[in-house]
Amino acid sequence: MTEPIVQYQDVHKSFGDTEVLTGINLDIEPAEKVAVIGPSGSGKTTIIRMLMTLEEPTSGDIIVDGKNLWHMEKNGELVPANEKHLRQVRGNIGMVFQHFNLFPHMTILDNCMSAPIHVQKVDKQEAKQRSIEMLEKVGLGDKLDSYPNQLSGGQKQRVAMARALVMRPKVMLFDEVTSALDPELVGEVLEVIRDIANEGEMAMVLVTHEMEFARDIADRVLFLDNGVIAEEGPPAEVLENSTNDRLQSFLHRFRT
Amino acid sequence: MNSGNWQWNTFFEAFPVVVEGLGITLGLTVATYLFALIFGFVWTLLSAIRITPIRWLFRWIMEFIRSTPPLVQLFFIFYAWPMVPIVGFALDPFTSAIVGLGIHFSTYIGEVYRSGIEAVEKGQWEAAKALNFSTGQKWSKIILPQAIPPTIPMLGNYLIIMFKEIPLASTIGVAGILNLANSYGSANFRYLEPLTIVALLFLLLSYPSAILINKLERRMNRRFDKKEKSGSKPLKEEKEGAAS
Repeated sequence: MTEPIVQYQDVHKSFGDTEVLTGINLDIEPAEKVAVIGPSGSGKTTIIRMLMTLEEPTSGDIIVDGKNLWHMEKNGELVPANEKHLRQVRGNIGMVFQHFNLFPHMTILDNCMSAPIHVQKVDKQEAKQRSIEMLEKVGLGDKLDSYPNQLSGGQKQRVAMARALVMRPKVMLFDEVTSALDPELVGEVLEVIRDIANEGEMAMVLVTHEMEFARDIADRVLFLDNGVIAEEGPPAEVLENSTNDRLQSFLHRFRT
Repeated sequence: MNSGNWQWNTFFEAFPVVVEGLGITLGLTVATYLFALIFGFVWTLLSAIRITPIRWLFRWIMEFIRSTPPLVQLFFIFYAWPMVPIVGFALDPFTSAIVGLGIHFSTYIGEVYRSGIEAVEKGQWEAAKALNFSTGQKWSKIILPQAIPPTIPMLGNYLIIMFKEIPLASTIGVAGILNLANSYGSANFRYLEPLTIVALLFLLLSYPSAILINKLERRMNRRFDKKEKSGSKPLKEEKEGAAS
């Protein structure tokens, strides 16, 4: 058995008085592709946002590549992580957002190049080379000097993926990346994710409503309900043969 | 006070005398504005402090400065500050004017900065974090380049408003155009022409600036419109979400 790249250990998360996650335990293997499904409000997005350090867990630990994400050791004791520690561990993780969140004041190329140059201190020429290659891979090699507002939603999302991939994360998070797109643009984005998934080496966690797609590319599907992982397993098992009533009625809505 | 009282020869005689003060008036405007731009940023930082009582304290101080007449602040700095025990010291009129008016207008400028920063979408902060930018890089490369340009017309408006308050400095003896016009008036018992010159000079300078800023504002708005139109529907939803 290889060491998991990410481990959630009894992770709880509350917003005010509402407990959204009530004890998440989850190991993600390197290169594993995990799809997270569930009704809205079930906390699926919160799970990956905590891993990206956009939300802090109320309790529990998240271990990334053997390092505790939200806690660090100080004089032999575990204390809440400071920004320096968070930055160190966060470097393993990349994320693509529902609303793309491209930097509107930068060209497509600069959107991709700036983090490698300033964060990872990659040589400028090399960062440029890498970014161009990545943008070509997502089919936008001819848009290098365009600005985000000149692109379609699908193109923006492909840039966002290139931007995250250039950082070469060990884990990539996809937060409902097709939900904000016009239906005819969903395909091109899923196509790119499929290509990335097929390359294999990176772990991926996809929060998605695309059941067909989840079945195709995921090694494992998690069904999140009432703050816990209510059902998990290979796609065929979870999406077709589960006896969980809540899952059945959730899936039913997608079959019409 | 009949119209026959207007004397062109007085006008032409007073004109060079009054214009002499234009350098001081404009210099004071620029210096005060720079002071306000820099000090405004300090207010923005102070009112963003995460410790709530301290943040409230600074917001309250800002509110206090804004609700007090600039003339009172000017007098305080020039006449009262030197008498404050231990920390007080005397400032010359020009410096007093920069500090007094500069602090007053910096509270408005600070609000402008804050509105610009708050207008940057939440997703931009999250993307900056996801790409692991340091705090300094996040501000210098992602947030400020987006927050500042839309505020430029507003900052320009404050420049004009401030320019029109600059003659307040004549009350503590800064030899700007109003002060010189006044001296000319009392020396020659003729106020109509020199004060008309002062009004004309202000009009001549602030009206074109206002037009320029109006143009700038329209250009900024157009840029924003373009962004809105080409943005996909969900972008709008996101804005509503951020507002709620």
